[in-house]
Amino acid sequence: MPSLGADMEAGTLLEWYVKPGDVVKRGDIVALVDTSKAEIEVEIFVDGVIDELLVPAGTRVPVGTALATVRSAAQEPVPVAPDAVHGRAPPPLAATVSTPPVAPEPLRALVSRAAPPPPARPIEQDHRLRVSPLARREAEQLGVDLATVNGSGPEGAITRADVEGAAAASAATAPPPGPKPQPGQPPPVGAPADRQVAMREAIGALMARSKREIPHYYLQLEIDLGQALEWLHEANLARAVNNRLLPSALLLSAVARAIGEMPEMNGFWLDGAFQPGGGVHLGVAVSLRGGGLIAPALHNADQKSLDEIMAGVRDLVQRARAGRLRASEMSDPTITVTNLGERGVDLVHGVIYPPQVALVGFGAIRDRPWAADGMLGVRPTVIATLAADHRASDGHAGGRFLTLIDRQLQKPEDS
Amino acid sequence: MTADEQMRDVVIGALTEVAPEIDPAVIDPDTDLAEQLDIDSMDFLNVVVAIHERTGIEIPERDYPKLSTLSDAVAYLQAARAHAGA
Repeated sequence: MPSLGADMEAGTLLEWYVKPGDVVKRGDIVALVDTSKAEIEVEIFVDGVIDELLVPAGTRVPVGTALATVRSAAQEPVPVAPDAVHGRAPPPLAATVSTPPVAPEPLRALVSRAAPPPPARPIEQDHRLRVSPLARREAEQLGVDLATVNGSGPEGAITRADVEGAAAASAATAPPPGPKPQPGQPPPVGAPADRQVAMREAIGALMARSKREIPHYYLQLEIDLGQALEWLHEANLARAVNNRLLPSALLLSAVARAIGEMPEMNGFWLDGAFQPGGGVHLGVAVSLRGGGLIAPALHNADQKSLDEIMAGVRDLVQRARAGRLRASEMSDPTITVTNLGERGVDLVHGVIYPPQVALVGFGAIRDRPWAADGMLGVRPTVIATLAADHRASDGHAGGRFLTLIDRQLQKPEDS
Repeated sequence: MTADEQMRDVVIGALTEVAPEIDPAVIDPDTDLAEQLDIDSMDFLNVVVAIHERTGIEIPERDYPKLSTLSDAVAYLQAARAHAGA
């Protein structure tokens, strides 16, 4: 079970997408895991053949538990925990996760092979069913078998209303559906039903740790976005709806480019020392409907064009909200960006995600009075803030970082 | 089904594609969609794209404010369709 974020201690294996005998390649999505925050698609980090699935679907196991054994060509089977590292070559079979404070020990633990819990129920049926996380939760609470529900959503996706409809229909013809009995086993996916609670606890624990351990300092800078937005609207005129850019893509791109000159902001504070991030992986804070938040990584953002950043963020936000993130995205952001301006606030004093050392926040883009060249005018501006770890950097460097972001935003054509 | 109802289905289909948990029955046609459904600019862009995929109507960026409520969106899209001579 990979660590899908510093706040994760255990996860529930929801579905296997592979079975023994399947040939897998590094990067293939092999399983769906439920953390307290979301359903995450887990990639495998080795090439080989699936030998045995050690953890049946529906089982909750601690981070570090081996999930399956994989046979690499003509070798003895070895237990592996599908790894969460992106873009780094882990030593063969020694899965390391990029958030070492909670790094699992994947080679240990040939978990509970002595007495494997019975499979919760056949999962082949709802393999790849399109179900919103909310509907899945609802189905568990109401005891509805998703395989029997007709989806009315796009591409047959099962919505909450479908689940409720199915529950009502079966209640009319059958005894009231209680929770499904699961003899000899904890309730299959206990977490999702209480995910709101679990997510609050997870966020609370991580943020408390951040405030307890990290000596934050805060800086803010108001940035004139007049030129950037003009350029953006102009660019969008010539674009089909599908390719249009949002201001948030410009902001993310500016951070990604500025951080190249500020390596001390990009990485982790581990064991009393700063460790630079391997690449610029922007954690993009995405608020979830119904509460909670998640900050998956936009990988190698500094090497992406503005269009690639836009496409990447769109994809991330959509999958975060649909509950379909990948493990590598959960584990390795090197700095986080939050765009609370969407909710109308002027600025955000961020709380750093440990073990990262900085968080950039953007408030609402608004027309504000702006003095320039001895004249007072009205310009669309945004207040950029930086919360940074004083152990890793000083205010002087932080100020320079914000200034570099400003500079990037004054030449949008370069982003 | 009237043309208005059809267009309403298109908009609701686009909204639920972006936010599958939305219950169409609770949408107030005259209240700001972004506020009542907790939709941000990224969601809204995806709604515009989904409407385009369903109807072929290209909504320019400057017209986004004209789609702020369900009623407004239906009216705007009807007008756009009529204008296109469909």
